Amino acid sequence: MSEATVTPSSGLSSGGVAGRFGDRFFAGLTLAAGILIFVVLAVVSLFLIIESLPAITASPDQLSTGTSFWRYVGPLVVGTLITSFIALLVATPIAVGVALFISHYAPVRISKGVGYVIDLLAAIPSVIFGAWGFTLFGPALMPGYKWLNENLGFIPIFGEPSATGRTLLTASLVLAVMILPIITSQCREIFVQTPNLHQEAALALGTTKWDMIRAAVFPFARNGIVSAIMLGLGRALGETMAVTLVLSRGQLTANLIGVGNNTIPAEIALNFPEAFGMRQSELIAAGLVLFVITLLVNMLARWVVSRYSEFSGAN
Amino acid sequence: MSTATEVEPSTPQGGRVLKNSLTAGQLPSWARWASIGGSLVLSAIILLIAGWSWAGWIVLAAVLYLISYTVWTYVVEGARHGQDALWSSLVWLAFLVALVPLVSIIWTVISVGGPTLVHPGFLTSSMDGITGVQDRATMNEGAPLAGGIVHALVGSLMITLMATIISVPIGLLTSIWLVEYAHGGWFSRTIVFLVDVMTGIPSIVAGLFAAGIMMTFFEWGNGGVSGGQQIMGFTAALALSVLMIPVVVRATEEMLRVVPNELREASYALGIRKWRTIFRVVIPTAISGITSGVTLAIARVVGETAPILVTAGVASSVNWNLFNGWMMTLPVYIYRQLMEPTAPASPDPSTARAWGAALMLIIVVMLLNLLARLIAARFSPKTSGR
Amino acid sequence: MSKRIEAKDVNVYYGSFLAVEGVNIEIEPRTVTAFIGPSGCGKTTFLRTINRMHEVIPGAYVKGSILLDNDDIYGAGVDPVNVRGLVGMVFQRPNPFPTMSIRDNVLAGYKINGKRLGKSDADDLVEKSLTGANLWNEVKDRLDRPGSGLSGGQQQRLCIARTIAVHPEVILMDEPCSALDPISTLAIEDLIEELKEQYTVVIVTHNMQQAARVSDRTGFFNIAGTGKPGHLIEYDDTEKIFSNPSNKQTEDYVSGRFG
Repeated sequence: MSEATVTPSSGLSSGGVAGRFGDRFFAGLTLAAGILIFVVLAVVSLFLIIESLPAITASPDQLSTGTSFWRYVGPLVVGTLITSFIALLVATPIAVGVALFISHYAPVRISKGVGYVIDLLAAIPSVIFGAWGFTLFGPALMPGYKWLNENLGFIPIFGEPSATGRTLLTASLVLAVMILPIITSQCREIFVQTPNLHQEAALALGTTKWDMIRAAVFPFARNGIVSAIMLGLGRALGETMAVTLVLSRGQLTANLIGVGNNTIPAEIALNFPEAFGMRQSELIAAGLVLFVITLLVNMLARWVVSRYSEFSGAN
Repeated sequence: MSTATEVEPSTPQGGRVLKNSLTAGQLPSWARWASIGGSLVLSAIILLIAGWSWAGWIVLAAVLYLISYTVWTYVVEGARHGQDALWSSLVWLAFLVALVPLVSIIWTVISVGGPTLVHPGFLTSSMDGITGVQDRATMNEGAPLAGGIVHALVGSLMITLMATIISVPIGLLTSIWLVEYAHGGWFSRTIVFLVDVMTGIPSIVAGLFAAGIMMTFFEWGNGGVSGGQQIMGFTAALALSVLMIPVVVRATEEMLRVVPNELREASYALGIRKWRTIFRVVIPTAISGITSGVTLAIARVVGETAPILVTAGVASSVNWNLFNGWMMTLPVYIYRQLMEPTAPASPDPSTARAWGAALMLIIVVMLLNLLARLIAARFSPKTSGR
Repeated sequence: MSKRIEAKDVNVYYGSFLAVEGVNIEIEPRTVTAFIGPSGCGKTTFLRTINRMHEVIPGAYVKGSILLDNDDIYGAGVDPVNVRGLVGMVFQRPNPFPTMSIRDNVLAGYKINGKRLGKSDADDLVEKSLTGANLWNEVKDRLDRPGSGLSGGQQQRLCIARTIAVHPEVILMDEPCSALDPISTLAIEDLIEELKEQYTVVIVTHNMQQAARVSDRTGFFNIAGTGKPGHLIEYDDTEKIFSNPSNKQTEDYVSGRFG
């Protein structure tokens, strides 16, 4: 393409080579980025699987706990699952409530403020939640634990209370506080999008506000609520710091308010820096187990969402 | 329910409220407040007798209010209104409950962290040379708080910077490929699936991933054993990249898709090549969204602790070199100070330092979030401006 | 600065679907040709083959040849990008680049391609192009303002200025006035009258009155049914098409019996 005159080239096939190369080069570059992701994930997964194999196949006496790998990781998995489910159980109703509050109950100015507050909560790094649980929340819950043990101690989950308040239940509650903003903001987004048409149709029939919400908002949002819950669950399963800082380690026990129990992320975080050899292999294998669990949960979530998307009335 | 019209003065505007068949059968407007007040009082009385606790008072009052208000509404207005009252009270309660932890956290961070943060020397010194001796002196003899976070600030800066340098080109190029070049074939669907998978990786596993890559790398070089060489700032940056890339891809892909196709067509029609179109038309149009997405990704990883723990070791002095030696970041600093106080017998100074660092971290994250919002608002393409 | 367009047995495909079949047409230089026809008949699809924009859609391709003077733009070794430098296009909705000023929009064909222009050359070009688009007087004092800050009609004229700044041989227009108000439409139609002195203009329009006002010759496209390919039914002097067409389908369309 000439530079001296202001007309582009007059021939149809001249001057194209350099430009075409530019196009091909750039297209190739972007494709390479995509392939890079693919390759790196593949290589690293392979590496992790290979590194985990020694621990998975080792005989019990070679492992740090003296039991087979699965008996080592089992309690960790249970601990991980329990904390996440309790967190979900506690957080979901409150999150849905707050989302409803923002979308339907609060006066306009307050709702904007609450929205900001929720975003603020979501931005706080997890280590700070852990620090708060460690220094403040755990100790604050201790009288509550004592009361639970004194009055409901016949139920195994309310066994002998820990002296520091750093227990599985505390960790679960801290997790609940952490996943609350995630579930809330997802739900809020979907509640706000409920078609006015349906809401007004309900109100015109003389329903109360709550009836209207049940008739128009929830069916519309069911899909979004489920996906919000799954998102929260995924986050809870992988959360390390909030749990590590708050738990005091120990054996698997049904006692939620006592010492003991551990989750996979916490176990890895606490031990990996000083581990080598077989211990390292154990921890990597545990990480792999965690990864598979979160992968399955995510895929399940996606499947659930896609199954119900035709019925939600959304878009 | 009378059908005659009676007048009762009571609205705030100074008008009169008509009491007739439309207004009859309703709770008086002060009912809610009466319920709240009564519950608070009743709860206080019960607890003064049974044994006082502040938390107990609030919880009992809430329960009493729920019961009393709902029942009252039920009796006066009917079942559906009773139900409505119950649920609307619950929604308000949910909001108040959610406020508690947030207020508590912010309060703790500011009240404990604030004084520490502004303590002279905190922002400029590291933990080099600080041992239990100084901390015991601080706790027992009132000596000024020793130690600081400058090494953590440096570490956070360098590691996050490197993570950004790695993630943004890869993430952006991938999303460009997905939006501008891919045709929905199996490969692009695989990439989308993989990016999805990456968003779900627990952060600790991302740390293991990065440690894994670097271990392999060093094992090749050393013929089998890595010997802990892989612990350095760069490995941590790699781990953070694993977390950042999917966020960058998602956000930028969204922004690129939003650019109207007409702009691309206008550019092609002028005889402009595809790659130039992408660079000079599509990306500039999407740049504010891209920048704010990247800023949010940065805000997310700056607070990550777990991957750094397993990849960058623990350092107490300033280290600018990503490729040599251990590095400290703000979140890991907080974690360490709390879990392993410098002077186990006198943990208070460590706790104070941890909260000071926590406040610093929150400030950084908030600033980044704010920056992202500002960029998105200010630099979006001007659609008006007559 | 204007070329003759000759299409020979052009078939246009979207993937395996044949959208337009067997078009043969000769368009003289410095004339205005209008393509009319009902929605979905393929007139826009065919228009976009003339500047090789059709193949931008994934899976779309063209069979046959289209000659600009004597060069087949679908010949072997021909770079579509070059073709688009010779055959400009104005779109249905005005699409100035939102991140660029008015001045930069006009010069976009050069700037984005990395071609350097001296300042005085550039200024001259901007003035000439904007004048050619009848927009100069309205914007000469605000050349550095964003291109998207103009009214719809002004934006469309800016797009026309942008198109002629690269000195094309042919200008294609895809329903250029359908998003504009009547006054702006009139302004554009006047502009087309002037443009034909220098360029070959082909315009697709669904507005028959506009075609009658503006064009020298008119091509009527029609489609036999949904899922069937479109065809060029009749191509003749505009006056004849609208008063005394040879083909029954044409007559039905222009007298409003369908469309």
